Amino acid sequence: MAALISIRGLKKAFGRFMVLHGIDLDIAEGEVVCVIGPSGSGKSTLIRCINHLEGFEKESSVTVDGVRVEQGAALAKVRAEVGMVFQSFNLFPHMTVLRNVMLAPMRVRGTPPAEAKRKALDLLARVGISEQADKFPSQLSGGQQQRVAIARALAMEPKVLLFDEPTSALDPEMVGEVLDAMRKLAGTGVTMIVVTHEMGFARQVADRVIFMDGGRIVEAGTPSDIFDSPREERTRGFLRAVLNH
Amino acid sequence: MNLINTFFNVKVLLDSLPQLLWGLAVTLQIGITSILCGLAGGLFLAVARLYSPPFCQFLIRTYVDVFRSIPLLVLLIVVYYALPFVGIRLSPFLSAVTSLSLVSAAYTAEIFRAGIEAIPHGQFEASAALGLSNRHTMVDVILPQAVRIVIPPLTNNCINVLKDTALASVVAMPDLLKQATQAQALAANPTPLIGAAIIYVMLLWPMVIVVGRLETIFSRGRR
Ligand SMILES: Nc1ncnc2c1ncn2[C@@H]1O[C@H](COP(=O)(O)OP(=O)(O)O)[C@@H](O)[C@H]1O
Ligand SMILES: [Mg+2]
Repeated sequence: MAALISIRGLKKAFGRFMVLHGIDLDIAEGEVVCVIGPSGSGKSTLIRCINHLEGFEKESSVTVDGVRVEQGAALAKVRAEVGMVFQSFNLFPHMTVLRNVMLAPMRVRGTPPAEAKRKALDLLARVGISEQADKFPSQLSGGQQQRVAIARALAMEPKVLLFDEPTSALDPEMVGEVLDAMRKLAGTGVTMIVVTHEMGFARQVADRVIFMDGGRIVEAGTPSDIFDSPREERTRGFLRAVLNH
Repeated sequence: MNLINTFFNVKVLLDSLPQLLWGLAVTLQIGITSILCGLAGGLFLAVARLYSPPFCQFLIRTYVDVFRSIPLLVLLIVVYYALPFVGIRLSPFLSAVTSLSLVSAAYTAEIFRAGIEAIPHGQFEASAALGLSNRHTMVDVILPQAVRIVIPPLTNNCINVLKDTALASVVAMPDLLKQATQAQALAANPTPLIGAAIIYVMLLWPMVIVVGRLETIFSRGRR
C-alpha cells in the first residue's frame, strides 16, 4: 500500500546549524504515529516540514497523498489536507469559538455558512464543548481552547492531523480531557502524527512510536518495542529519564 | 479696552467669519482627501512589504524612510514650484493633497507594519496550517486584530495631517490660514488670525481627547 505521507532524505538547517540530518519516513493512511525524544531533537521541525511551515533543503522530498510539499500553487492544497494543532492553541482571539471552527471551510473550501455552522457545531459536540460555541477563546480554559483547536483542524476534514505537544502548555488537570479527545479521534481512523511527552498516551494509542535524537530517527517500532525492549542505548537513557520523573 | 479691540474685535470677527468658514471647508477637503489617500497607500505599502520579494521590500522601506525624513514644507514647495520645470503642473489643491498623502502614507505604512508585527506569529502559522490564502489571512485574521493596535496612532496621524494642511497656504491655497491672513490684511486687524487659531483648536481638540481615551482603552489589554 502506498504511503499517505512519504519523507525522503529530509534535511533542514537553521543557518549553518543542521536540525534534521536526512529523515526517511513513511506513514500509512489511518496510522497513529507518536514522536518522542528530548527537547531540541527536531520533533517539531520534522512535523512542521510536512505542511511547509518550515522550508527544507531542495534535494529532500516530502509528499502528502502523492503531492510534493513545496512553495507554490500546490501548497495550499496540501495545507488544506493537513491539519495542525499547536502547543499554544493559536486560536483566533477576535472570533467566537464557532467562527474559529467555521472560518477555514468557508474561506478555503467555499462551504456555505449554514453548512459550515452545522458542521462546526457537530465537531464542537464531538470534542465536548458545544455549550461554549458563542464564547471567545479567552473565556475558555486551556483544555477547552485546545479542544476547540482540534475541532478547528477537523473542520477542514484533513487527511492527516499533526499535533505538536498539544498538552504541554496545559495545567495538569486539563491534560486528560485533551488526550481523551485525541484518543477518540484515533479510533475514527484519522491519520495522526503526535509529538508528545505523554508516554502513557503513546503506549496506549500509537500504532508506531518514533524516537528522535539529534535530528535523526534513532529507533522506531510498536509501542511495546520502544517502551518494553528498546534496542538503542539513547532510547533507554531517554525513557529512563522521563519515566523516573 | 484697546487690547480686546485689537485682538478680539467682534465686528471684524463677524465680518471675516464667512471667509474663515470657507477656508475651513477647503482645509477639511485637503485634510480628509489626504487622510484617505494616505490610509489606502499606507495599508498597501505595509502589506506589500510583508509579502513582496526582497527588492520591492527594499524599495518600500526606502520610500517610507525618505518621506518620513523630508520636511513637508520642502516637499510641498518642490511639488508646486519645481515639478513644473519637468512639465508636471499640479494645482495648489493637488500639490497639497499629493504632498500630504505621500508623507501620510509613509507614516501610515509604519503604523500598520508595527500593528501587524505585534500580532503573535502563531496567528500566521495557524492561518497557514488551515490553508488560508495570504489575502484571507490578512483580512480575516491579522488586520482585525491589528486594528485595535493601530487606531490610536492612526488617529494621531490624522491630527498631524489636519494640522499640516495649514502649509497649503504657501502655495496660494485658500485654506483656513490663508483666508485668515487675507482677512487680516483687509481689516488691518489680527482678529481673523485669532479666529482661525480658535477654529483649528476646536476642530482638533476633540480628536486629541479621543486619542487619549483610545490609548487608555486599548492599552488596558483586553486579552
Ligand atoms: N526558528 C529557528 N531558528 C533557529 N533555530 C531553531 C529554530 N527553530 C528550532 N531551532 C532549533 O532547532 C532544533 C530543533 O528544534 P525543534 O524541532 O523545535 O525540537 P523539538 O521540537 O524536538 O524540541 C533546536 O536546537 C532548536 O534550537
Ligand atoms: Mg518542539
